[in-house]
Amino acid sequence: VIPAGFDYVVAEHPDHAIDLLAKREDARLLAGGHSLIPAMKLRIARPALLVDVGRIGDLSYVREEGDTVAIGALTRHKDVASAPALREQCPIVSHTAGQVGDPQVRHRGTIGGSLAHGDPASDLPTVILALHGELVARGPEGDRAIPAREFFTGVFQTALEPDEMLVEIRVPKLGTAGWSYTKMNRRAQDWATVAVAAVVHGNGAVERASIALTNMGATPLQATAAQAALIGGASIADAAALAAEGTEPPSDQAASSDFRRHLARVLTRRALEEAGAH
Amino acid sequence: VTAIETAPRSVGTSVKRKEDASLLRGRGTFVDNLTLPGTVYMAVVRSPYPRARIKGVSLDAARSAEGVVAAYSGADLAGDWTGGMPCAWPVTEDIKMPPHYPLASDEARYQGDGVAVVVAESRALAKDAAELVEVDYEPLPSIANVEKALGEGAPLVHEDLGTNECYVWKLETDGVQAAIDAADVVVTRRFVQPRLIPNAIEPRGVLAQAGPTGEVTLWSATQIPHILRFTMQLVLGIAESKMRVIAPDVGGGFGSKCDAYAEEYLAVALAKRLGRPVKWTEERAENFVATIHGRDVVHELTFAATRDGTITAVRSNAKCAMGAYLQLVTPGIPLLGAWIYSGPYAIPNYSVTFTGVFTHTTPTDAYRGAGRPEATYVLERTMDALAAELRMDPLELRRKNFVKEFPYTMASGLTIDSGDYEGCLDKLLDHLDLDAIRADQAARRESGDAKQIGVGFSTYNEMCGLAPSRILGAIRYAVGGWDAATIRFQPLGSVQVVTGTTPHGQGHETTWSQIVADQLGVGVDDVEVLHGDTAVSQQGMDTYGSRSLAVGGIALYHASQKIIAKARAIVAHQLEVSEEDLEFAEGTFTVKGSPDRSMGIQAVAFAAHAAHDLPDGMEPGLEETAVFDPPNFSWPGGAHAAVVEIDTETGDTRLVRYVAVDDVGNPVNPQIIDGQVHGGITQGIAAALYEEGAYDEEGNLLTTTLTTYLVPSAAELPSYETDRIETVADNPLGVKGVGETGTIAAAPAVINAVVDALSHLGVTDVQLPATPERVWRAIEEVRR
Repeated sequence: VIPAGFDYVVAEHPDHAIDLLAKREDARLLAGGHSLIPAMKLRIARPALLVDVGRIGDLSYVREEGDTVAIGALTRHKDVASAPALREQCPIVSHTAGQVGDPQVRHRGTIGGSLAHGDPASDLPTVILALHGELVARGPEGDRAIPAREFFTGVFQTALEPDEMLVEIRVPKLGTAGWSYTKMNRRAQDWATVAVAAVVHGNGAVERASIALTNMGATPLQATAAQAALIGGASIADAAALAAEGTEPPSDQAASSDFRRHLARVLTRRALEEAGAH
Repeated sequence: VTAIETAPRSVGTSVKRKEDASLLRGRGTFVDNLTLPGTVYMAVVRSPYPRARIKGVSLDAARSAEGVVAAYSGADLAGDWTGGMPCAWPVTEDIKMPPHYPLASDEARYQGDGVAVVVAESRALAKDAAELVEVDYEPLPSIANVEKALGEGAPLVHEDLGTNECYVWKLETDGVQAAIDAADVVVTRRFVQPRLIPNAIEPRGVLAQAGPTGEVTLWSATQIPHILRFTMQLVLGIAESKMRVIAPDVGGGFGSKCDAYAEEYLAVALAKRLGRPVKWTEERAENFVATIHGRDVVHELTFAATRDGTITAVRSNAKCAMGAYLQLVTPGIPLLGAWIYSGPYAIPNYSVTFTGVFTHTTPTDAYRGAGRPEATYVLERTMDALAAELRMDPLELRRKNFVKEFPYTMASGLTIDSGDYEGCLDKLLDHLDLDAIRADQAARRESGDAKQIGVGFSTYNEMCGLAPSRILGAIRYAVGGWDAATIRFQPLGSVQVVTGTTPHGQGHETTWSQIVADQLGVGVDDVEVLHGDTAVSQQGMDTYGSRSLAVGGIALYHASQKIIAKARAIVAHQLEVSEEDLEFAEGTFTVKGSPDRSMGIQAVAFAAHAAHDLPDGMEPGLEETAVFDPPNFSWPGGAHAAVVEIDTETGDTRLVRYVAVDDVGNPVNPQIIDGQVHGGITQGIAAALYEEGAYDEEGNLLTTTLTTYLVPSAAELPSYETDRIETVADNPLGVKGVGETGTIAAAPAVINAVVDALSHLGVTDVQLPATPERVWRAIEEVRR
């Protein structure tokens, strides 16, 4: 429970944080601290410098911008879960934010922290991937938007440069699209054993469908075979049977990879049913 | 003497816990809250390997690190020990008892085995410096599986023993094989019960101080300060008269703090060496490897029965993991269940064999229920298997075999004083509405619903209230099973009770006050209960095995009677009547027939202290001690039912109802009983559905944190429905133990429910814990 020694600085604003990141190797941003601090306590993570961005108030917001909803990276899960703009325009995000961890985690953890941590067992990365969202990174050269499918690069790895900070997440308004985030976990506060995010557009026939998987590989994954089948007119059951195609899910205490593949198929079927893919 | 001289006023009522005013406000005093001037902090360097030869330990870098006071290897401290760490329960004459010292110096034998210590000016500096200790390990072949460890050519935990077999212990009546041979039906089942990691909310912690004249004080988060004092003389040569052990507020133990640990000896040894107080607070991750585990037993259980369901014999053969060393009572844990493999049933032929096995794992020892959950699990699971074999209702099978007359002497040799197993089951069924559950189940099966439900039962008894000293002697336990109580009236009428029991969450300050208040006719708040400090409570055998009320509580009763007897003599003398002419009720002695001539017991207390006018030869003061050695164990019992819902596509299994009816004798404080029952049930459910301390083949622990070792939370569990039957135990208060009942009963009830939910598919067993994957695989297997 005692981390290795580290320096600590409170960042006043994003540029301050980016400046500190650029100057010091092994510097890490601290937001809600619900992933990094436990890892530090186990001495798995040993940053030399913690840059605390948790007090930068102007990165906590949810607002509509044209066809998208923009979410400040430092918006806490409980605020994402209750944001009217999301509940009305992109409810899969607010719903899923309400499923992250437990109330303590949701009151401290932030959406940006969860995404930047790059844990393939986390819920929100999968949802942002399924939505084809964009992640806005700010670095010394300014802002750049990274598509979600390019953002997650490996276990705990993202496309963020060492001197970049995630500042905003943009997700599309869903309109009449159906959606589901179907998760299986052991205890309420546990990471998903497997979960499936599904977004289905089209009334009667599926026009567009997006299916993404949690904890089925090194990053959140698109179930491309299942998506293609569904759009090609396959039944939900037939499409869902392809959900684990091409995945190499981990084997651990929670589940073997075989069982994860099975769960991916079952949960994809249920998610598509819930999302109303007929 | 009648059983209860004064009418109970507070016993039987839910008096609010005295302890909670400080505990619930965060103002308890736990070991980690204590710091003495000059305190230094200890960190233990632990082997990352399940087995490794220690070729060298380099302490130079650690010693020169910031704030470091000292650092030692196992070899450095070898001369500090006057003996090895004791195991108090050599269960057989030829048991193999390998040497066990607080630090390993030649070979590390489990992941977490201590190999060096660092002492520094702060806890963080000690931890940083511990990382700088360079140990030259040579990893060696190792083994974690209790069955494979007995196989030909298995790596040996203690090479010089030539085997991993620690002991073989047997209890058998004549004619078991004949009964099995003659039976209409024989059912044999194999069960694997995994490791459980106790995870008390407060990890262990110690603070040791050595004085200039050889006196030593040890504060420890322990259940057993008295026993710990005893072991300190054996390991460190500190006379018990010089040794004071204090257990302040202790945040749960569940048996895991019923032990004498390396860190306790190390802290004292270092405090003596350094002349400064030494403190160590266990980290949670450390707790997973450095504090004892429970269970890890593989059973084969056989029932023989007639076609009509009369069970004629039970035979159990179990391989029980000891871990790498024998802790305080490691070998004896299976024996605590040895006499109840017939449970609440009258089974005439009886055979139980335990094989203790060393593996390269954290030592096992007492974990809530200790031996009895193991026995009850295999017994109650096999009851359902036998019922299925006989095509008989599992409840009918149980009823047919219940012990119905008490006292009842079991084939195993012990006598159950009291119980009403049928009454518990009847009352359980009153609550359950089994017909509705079966109708729901039938409808779901009919419709092919993905979510199926099942209901499972567990009817159980247990032996607790450890224990009659003569029996302990007969089964080679090193010490006695009595307990002590002192009641001391202060001159102005308040009462100090000194108990030999050591509560660590059980609420003895409240319940002991209730008992004494009723006996002596004083207020509950007039009574102060002192415990957990060997300088205050000189004699005691501490708290484990649901013994405190059934042994320590009865000692309190006897001390009360002695107080009343002395007070009666004083009153008779002062009022000039004979003792027989005095009645004592509600705290007042009254001359029979003369209600105006009376004397309250608090006035007697003052008279006893003033000593102006006492009977000739009577010593002043009003203080009495009683030591009570129980003539028998305590025999709670009951009937539990679990209802589960299983998602047959994902294996996800949720408990939807849990109903329990327990017979724990006369209730002292119903709310505290409910707390014990709810907590106990939760730990049993946890074992059934969530918790598993998993090792790989070599002995690397795979479940090293609370994210992989799944302690369930309130979010996973329904509110339990509990009720009681009260049969009066054969002791002056009519009380029984309650601390372990739920844990003993719950796991088989839940797994019986899981199997019931899937029985129409052909599933007959799901291994503990019934994880989604195990449930799914069990379904897949029968579908193939």
